Amino acid sequence: MKKFSFLLVLMLALVLAACNNEASDDEDPSNDSDNNNNEEREQVLVFARGGDSESLDFASTTDGESSRVTKQIYESLLEFDKESFDITPGLAHDWDVEDDGKKYTFYLEEGVTFHDGTEFNAEAVKTNFERWSDPGHKYAFTDEGYSYVIYSIMFGGFKGDEGHVIEEINVLDDYTIEFVLNRPLGYFLQNMAMSYFAITSPAALEQYGPEINENPVGTGPFKFVSWTKDDTIVLEKFEDYRKDGLPKLDRVIFEVIPDNAARLISLRSGEIDIMDGLNPDDAAGVESDDTLVLHTRAANNFGYLGLNTSKAPLDNKLVRQAINHAVNREAIAEALYAGYAIPAVNPLPPGYLGFNDELEGYDYNLDKAKELLAEAGYEDGVEIDLWTMPVARPYMPDPETVAEIIQNDLAQVGITANIVREEWGPYLEKTANGEQEMFMLGWSGTNGDPDYFLGSLLHGDAAGGSNRTFYQNSTVDELLDQAKVSIDQEERAELYKEAQRLILEDSPMVTLVHSTPVLAAQDYVKNYVPHPSTSESLAEVELE
Amino acid sequence: MLAYTIRRLLMLIPVLLGMTLLVFSIVHFIPGNPAQILLGETATEEAIEKLEEQMGLNKPYVVQYGIYVSNLLQGDLGISLKTKSEIATEILPKLAATFELTFFAMLFAIFIGVNAGIISAWKQNSWFDFLAMFFALVGVSMPIFWLALMEQWVFAQELGWLPASSRENSRDPITAITHFYVIDSLLHLDFERLITTLKHLVLPSIALGTIPMAIIARMTRSSMLEVMNSDYIRTVRAKGAGQFLVVYKHALKNAIIPVLTVIGLQTGVLLGGAILTETIFSWPGVGRYIFDAINYRDYPVIQSGILIVAFIFVMINLIVDLLYSYIDPRIKY
Repeated sequence: MKKFSFLLVLMLALVLAACNNEASDDEDPSNDSDNNNNEEREQVLVFARGGDSESLDFASTTDGESSRVTKQIYESLLEFDKESFDITPGLAHDWDVEDDGKKYTFYLEEGVTFHDGTEFNAEAVKTNFERWSDPGHKYAFTDEGYSYVIYSIMFGGFKGDEGHVIEEINVLDDYTIEFVLNRPLGYFLQNMAMSYFAITSPAALEQYGPEINENPVGTGPFKFVSWTKDDTIVLEKFEDYRKDGLPKLDRVIFEVIPDNAARLISLRSGEIDIMDGLNPDDAAGVESDDTLVLHTRAANNFGYLGLNTSKAPLDNKLVRQAINHAVNREAIAEALYAGYAIPAVNPLPPGYLGFNDELEGYDYNLDKAKELLAEAGYEDGVEIDLWTMPVARPYMPDPETVAEIIQNDLAQVGITANIVREEWGPYLEKTANGEQEMFMLGWSGTNGDPDYFLGSLLHGDAAGGSNRTFYQNSTVDELLDQAKVSIDQEERAELYKEAQRLILEDSPMVTLVHSTPVLAAQDYVKNYVPHPSTSESLAEVELE
Repeated sequence: MLAYTIRRLLMLIPVLLGMTLLVFSIVHFIPGNPAQILLGETATEEAIEKLEEQMGLNKPYVVQYGIYVSNLLQGDLGISLKTKSEIATEILPKLAATFELTFFAMLFAIFIGVNAGIISAWKQNSWFDFLAMFFALVGVSMPIFWLALMEQWVFAQELGWLPASSRENSRDPITAITHFYVIDSLLHLDFERLITTLKHLVLPSIALGTIPMAIIARMTRSSMLEVMNSDYIRTVRAKGAGQFLVVYKHALKNAIIPVLTVIGLQTGVLLGGAILTETIFSWPGVGRYIFDAINYRDYPVIQSGILIVAFIFVMINLIVDLLYSYIDPRIKY
């Protein structure tokens, strides 16, 4: 009897299940879980990454995993070119610069709607900028812990601060907006293209208030569907997107798979379509796999060996040049980055405005190094401390080994390098205070402007802050100052080129490598182009 | 039995209060102003003061603790510094994910472990006994991450039988109701998704359940051996009961009590310590949530996370104690 009733229940369950399948197919043809044919037709891309987004309110976070997602939902007035930091039109189709770079007028696209159906116009732009610049603004949500640090870095502070460059924002008509500056800013347009300064629907700010970080509403190709924290963010095609025929994908799913090896296995077994954060060592395996494609992101960083110019013997230019000749950059790039790095000549990644490709750099030449050391009066050798980073960074995946290679290189020319180890927090603090002699660090770009590299790392004013080599050269400072306020990009390029020439001559650092991040994708993913900023639009991506 | 249950529940109150006091004090005395941390380095003095007032930071320590406890009682765990969202709403799906994984890991551990232990005791010194105890030894000493990576390599990459990561098919996510995906797919009457969900559970459950399985197997074996040599079993045998009945009905009931303790402890350990498994199998559970919070110095999340894990530990202990007196009426308190 017992057995019989069990069988009855089992059969009942099966019948129910069958009914349910039919019912859901009839009622909802888009329910693809029950219908494999639909799944084939629908274009769904699964993008796997190592960590979750912090917030989907792009301006209040500096986290790259956040902007990677918001880049799909939001658009800014200007955009970066697909593969570089060149400016192209975005929500503004045109722009004028007047009064020597103190007045910018943007002409906005007409007929653009936000995902919530409200209209995009100049007022919306003004509301967004005021929200970031004015901590007292009703949408600033400072009481809820929001702060727009990146705004203050890029525009010189907040409303009322002395350095704040934006004096006023005027709505000239529905589709024309004017920014009036206190003083020119050479990278103002560059800033306008950053994903941090994209435009949110004012209606959504009103509706969601401080919960805007979980309810993003923009004008981008994809609209937000759901977010399961630490797991998946689901976006779907925005049917009314302003560009015809885009986006090509129906849905995009950002999935978190923290472990690099597990992510690659998921790619190999077909559960995901693209993965970020491939180990350089796995790149060869991906290349030899017919069903996978290896993508490389343009180098947007560099790792360096800093030489504290305020301390003997590194205050001697000849010693610094000798060290530059003694370090084998090629060997480091080959050994530690599996070839996914190029030896660096300038403290600026290739492809940047004003990148000086005429400079030769220091070749690996031990004899020359010994000569220079002898000239400096150290023919019997010298002892210098070498501080090694305690953490791995994209530009420095294995700092300890780099330190050992450098130590070995320097030993060959008679320099004894003593490796010093510190915790990361104190490391940053102490190197800013100048307690170190030689030290390892690096820098990654955010807005694609050379000032972000050269101004931050090598301007005399930044000494003791981000300039940890304490390099001071008044001519270089002057060149950088001029370039910062100039709005003639060709003139800026010349100024930066000249600055790089002087910096190379003074050699306050050994520029080691620009590393190239690698990604892997299925071969049926087409038109995927990784952007050096780490955030690219997926609007044109399609599955074949 | 009822009186005992009530007494035990009442005893929880001071224990839980003590836990909140401990967790609150540890986080309270960490240097650094929470308002400053929350607002970031660019915050103005006024904004910090305003927030301090809102958060009640300018009040005495005891008052602050009182506010904290009264908020807790209303289910308010505070706001995450990192995501600026309510911790209570954020942590629930993660708890469900961890519970589901732990449940299946323990199911695997108990089923295999108890049976292997029983059979080993029953057929003491047989080849099965030696083999089972050998594997139990290997299981206890196996690093979880290594086992997890091997599983992924063999069953996901090489054989392609089972998925290597996540809780579901991310191309076709489930609409969560309870956040227990097995239950959710049943509620949706969606058996295809149920199978997908179960498939996703297999590898992480085995990885997580292997160590408790080995411990349970060894514990069951020794406990069974002890009972099997006792007088009442001899009596049962004398009455002519078959071996199977002797082992599974009469001996097991007494032998299982120490095993229950181990099961309870292990469940607690798994719930709090699934970080490694959750990371490797990208399981969005509470272990990873706390781990990320520690990396980010997200104090409110650390505080709430520890509190919840501790709470679960206490509850499991309670359940184990209640089960004792249910299984063996001689145990009275």
